[in-house]
Amino acid sequence: MSQYVLRRLLIAIPSLLGISAVLFFVLALAPGDPFSELATNPNVPPEVQAALRAKFGLDDPIYLRYFHWLNAMLHGDWGFSFVSRMDVDRLILQRLPTTLFVIGSAQILALLIAIPVGVYAATKPYSLFDQIANTLAFVGFSLPTFFTGILFILIFSVTLDWLPFVYTTDIKATGIHWVFEMIRQAIMPVAVLGLFQAASMTRFVRSAMLDVIRLDYVTTARAKGLGQAKVIVKHVMRNAMIPVVTLIALQIPAVFGGAIVTEQIFRIPGIGSLLISSILSNDTPVVMAVTFVFACLVVLFNLIADVLYGWLDPRISLR
Amino acid sequence: MLDKELRSMIGQVKDGRMDRRAFIKRMAAVGLTAPLANQILALGGVAMAEGASTYKPTKRGGGGALKLLWWQGPTLLNPHFATGTKDQDGSRLFYEPLACWDPDGNMKLVLATEIPSIQNGLLAADGKSVTWKLKPGVKWHDGKPFTADDLVFTWQYAKDPATAAVTIGVYRDIVVEKIDDLTVKITFPKPTPFWADAFVGAGAGQILPKHLFADYIGSKSREAPANLAPVGTGPYKFVEFKPGDLIRGVINPDYHMANRPYFDSLEMKGGGDAVSAARAVIQTGEYDFGWNIQVEDDVLLRLEKGGKGKTVYAVGGDTEFIALNFTDPNVEVDGERSSMKTKHPLFSDPVVRKALSLLVDRESVKKAIYGRAGRTTANFLNGPEKFVSKNTSWEFNIEKAAKMLEDGGWKAGADGIREKDGKKLKLVYQTSINGPRQKTQAIVKQACQKAGIDVELKSVVASVFFSSDVANPDTYPKFYADLEMFQIPLSQPDPSQHMRRYLSTAVATKENKWQGTNFPRWVNKDYDAVINAADMEMDPVKRAALYIKANDLMWQDTVFIPVMHRLKVEAAANNLRPVISGWANETDNLFDWYREE
Repeated sequence: MSQYVLRRLLIAIPSLLGISAVLFFVLALAPGDPFSELATNPNVPPEVQAALRAKFGLDDPIYLRYFHWLNAMLHGDWGFSFVSRMDVDRLILQRLPTTLFVIGSAQILALLIAIPVGVYAATKPYSLFDQIANTLAFVGFSLPTFFTGILFILIFSVTLDWLPFVYTTDIKATGIHWVFEMIRQAIMPVAVLGLFQAASMTRFVRSAMLDVIRLDYVTTARAKGLGQAKVIVKHVMRNAMIPVVTLIALQIPAVFGGAIVTEQIFRIPGIGSLLISSILSNDTPVVMAVTFVFACLVVLFNLIADVLYGWLDPRISLR
Repeated sequence: MLDKELRSMIGQVKDGRMDRRAFIKRMAAVGLTAPLANQILALGGVAMAEGASTYKPTKRGGGGALKLLWWQGPTLLNPHFATGTKDQDGSRLFYEPLACWDPDGNMKLVLATEIPSIQNGLLAADGKSVTWKLKPGVKWHDGKPFTADDLVFTWQYAKDPATAAVTIGVYRDIVVEKIDDLTVKITFPKPTPFWADAFVGAGAGQILPKHLFADYIGSKSREAPANLAPVGTGPYKFVEFKPGDLIRGVINPDYHMANRPYFDSLEMKGGGDAVSAARAVIQTGEYDFGWNIQVEDDVLLRLEKGGKGKTVYAVGGDTEFIALNFTDPNVEVDGERSSMKTKHPLFSDPVVRKALSLLVDRESVKKAIYGRAGRTTANFLNGPEKFVSKNTSWEFNIEKAAKMLEDGGWKAGADGIREKDGKKLKLVYQTSINGPRQKTQAIVKQACQKAGIDVELKSVVASVFFSSDVANPDTYPKFYADLEMFQIPLSQPDPSQHMRRYLSTAVATKENKWQGTNFPRWVNKDYDAVINAADMEMDPVKRAALYIKANDLMWQDTVFIPVMHRLKVEAAANNLRPVISGWANETDNLFDWYREE
């Protein structure tokens, strides 16, 4: 087992190197300039712009810049933002809690909806409940978040005036009021993201359950005289959850990566909005750091999913 | 003629026979705007008036929280590193200049006690130096006194190339000396008719505290802790900063202006887009003020109906223009297109250029796109330093353009496109990606088609179009197209910098890595002579006439087809009284903002 993990970790090194090289070269070849706004400012002479480019090493050959970056990364230096003139790791750490809170809550909401609904729908396939759940699930994942987000704003903020639509990280309240305000402003983004995730996950849980529920061992369990609840929870769900665990494990990096569209709509200062604003302003070190960390998390959680497999189903051996 | 009249008018103001307001009105009538009229008075020996304040509250504080929404949030808080106006706006909440510009273009004192003039002896008659007196008793937010040393230091800091300050252009060539603790003298290398650049306004004027930055001058500049936690002299003290997201400040109880500021705290939130920012201010009232609301007028009018806020406009000098390429973008000479060794095959015929200017329907562009945020104009220079020429005119007339081309020998071919000597009237028209710009392109293209000109539209992502990336062919200085449209913001109330861009010595070429500012590649000896004369001209009247002449030369040659004189658009809560100037950053007059109870 530990040997397996070690081997997988070693294999991850070349793949991460490959990912970083591809990311870096694609970003370096992409057009644009972090100092573009200076170009139309008559106060800033063109030589100053050229000097800035030189200072931040933008005129060096690409491969040299890559090795500089790699070397710094190995020493724990994530880079220096052109646009904010501060260290990238500080920028990211500043935004991580908000993303974890909003996207994490959305994932939890999705699970809380998807698992009970999916399981119950699978135990009574083609019943009225199943039909309704299916219809809603289809509607749910056909509507993109940029649409539902704006719809929610229109209904709950503009028309009803119940909820704020600008997310603020700095609520002027303490104690229970702070918690209340925090929940109030998070309701819309969490609901938009959570319901979207829940829709596809419900379909997934349902079909995984249906695959297992017809197997012979389930019939055996029922023949032994076990109650319905026990059969479903202990016998069916345990096996049906294996593919679901993979799905969830692969969703976890997204919790750190943020949700670009939803964060932009609700002005949530998370990793997603940092990524998009950095891309728009050509702040390559930030884009590079965010995407690379994201790649690392995907590799890591893939590994965790594989290890969990062995734990959930002892028949799968890890070598 | 203008010269004489102006002289006698200045004389009248001096003797008190004419009041200042009447003088400024008369100036506006001949095309000089308020900031310039005031500077003319200053140079003519009449002291510049300080802008009147509309501030009403009679005590400091008590106004609650002020919530500002900047849909592009500031990403750094050192004004000398600002990559855009958003960063200057954010820094200006805490740092201050000696003086700023009010909505009428008058100078307003902030950290200085007196507006320099020849009369009070602070402005040298030859325009080679200016002396500023500092307000006594001003303290930085950490309690240290503000003195002349801070100004001298800010100058040294910004002019050091290793600091990599974006304001280096302002401070590089001047010398700042301390006369005593509360007096500094700025010496210019040559007569400088516009002396209010260094230490004035939010763009380059914000003064840094020496005691916090002294150890971080030059290459260590990026390590200064105060880059992220500013300590200024402004009406609000810094509390918290999250780049791109949030800035918080609280009232400065020791602020050096009486009864100011009004608000107890402020918050500047970043992120999102202009439309939803307009919604949050005008429709739901979640925020008090929204910055740069470039949204279609239809949408704004709809939001304003029964809303909680309104739009606010400020007149500046930003001109949206279409530039014509005077070189051939399709022929490569020595690895360079649009080379100075070529001539544009179509635009070398002035008839084509004139006809094009008749095909831009400015009235429709205003009606369909800019609405209340635009004014039609024939001039390239509508500047904050407005020397607006009255000698020019524009019209939209397809028949006239067609006739002009017909008479000029451009006959319609089988496909309806006009041609002459085998050269077809086919043009590439590029601009940056931006809703209003694409709509303007469509309006111009339609009119051109009717006149027998085929126009191909091209849109380039803004971050590429405005980039200084030498390797990219789609940047505006390379100008690998026949026409291009954008605007160059006027960031100071004087035309000199703006008009110098088009000297024939400043042409953008491969040799200077396209750093030259003359992107239309227009060469005109008369223009060069006029601009060089204006740069040295200390007589304000002659200088004004020279810039008007420069503008008219551009108009005669159709170097630019001005599309729209654009105003600043902001959104504000109905009860907020913001003070917004078209010649300054939005937060430049923040100390005068208050809320009507």
